[in-house]
Amino acid sequence: MTSALAAFVAGLIFAIGLAISGMTQPGKVTAFLDIFGNWDPSLAFVMMGAIGVHVVLYRVIRQRATPLFVSTFSIPTRSDLDLRLLGGAALFGVGWGLGGFCPGPAVTSLASGKVPVIVFVGAMLVGMLLYKFVDRVRSQAVTISPRQESHIVSSSTPALEGPQDA
Amino acid sequence: MENFTPVASLCGGMLIGLSASLLLLCDGKIAGISGIVGGLLSPTQNDTAWRAFFVVGLLTGGLLFSLFTPQVFTLSVTRSTSTLILAGLLVGFGTRLGNGCTSGHGVCGISRFSVRSIVATVMFMTTGIATVYIVSHLLGGPL
Repeated sequence: MTSALAAFVAGLIFAIGLAISGMTQPGKVTAFLDIFGNWDPSLAFVMMGAIGVHVVLYRVIRQRATPLFVSTFSIPTRSDLDLRLLGGAALFGVGWGLGGFCPGPAVTSLASGKVPVIVFVGAMLVGMLLYKFVDRVRSQAVTISPRQESHIVSSSTPALEGPQDA
Repeated sequence: MENFTPVASLCGGMLIGLSASLLLLCDGKIAGISGIVGGLLSPTQNDTAWRAFFVVGLLTGGLLFSLFTPQVFTLSVTRSTSTLILAGLLVGFGTRLGNGCTSGHGVCGISRFSVRSIVATVMFMTTGIATVYIVSHLLGGPL
């Protein structure tokens, strides 16, 4: 229960950060991506703030053998580049540029009750389910040899099951 | 360069970094929203509660802002329903295929110096910039 409460607080702080930073305004997101037009570099500052804090705290936290409320860290370990990563990121960027929403701000904005947000999030969930379906069909159709994964994490941390980055 | 908000954006970003650190410290998890939401669509035992509570936290934060400062949800640009649907499908499918989004790759992954996340972030920034260029400057405005 403590771990669920911690996740709730983390989600709450995340939403506050998104709202304060301007990420929940799709117009501000597309203005950031509009480097050849009326560019608004604000979102670069969001990235700098977030990475600036996490790059330090990540290393401090990983000094620990285990997290506070669960027994292991679930940290991605892959380092190979494949077409799925490149293609997935490319498709995501196109959708991000079209709609001005990425998943976090979209879910947070659901609370505003605005119809365009609900439509976007609905389509996003369908897109995720569609991936799940395609992935299942594909893995059933082809017998693939186990993916190469580099399981290098700290000694106390077992490798992750799936190829998750996020 | 109008509407430039470096201080608010930097502070908001720091809160995002703090949230990611809290989730890592307490639950050992990566604060990648597409991964958290995607995992809820394929629920497995002992891996669902923290995801659901994180999402409830996001929604609670959103609700507080929509009650007190709803202008943070300003949709300054009107997009057609078909554009929103296409955008949502691409974001949902693409983030699952590429294992992450702005938070998972852009914030958490880059902070770990993950090569995959750095490459993914460069990729989605590039196609995002290209898409906005095509829509705004070649097609004459939001679709």
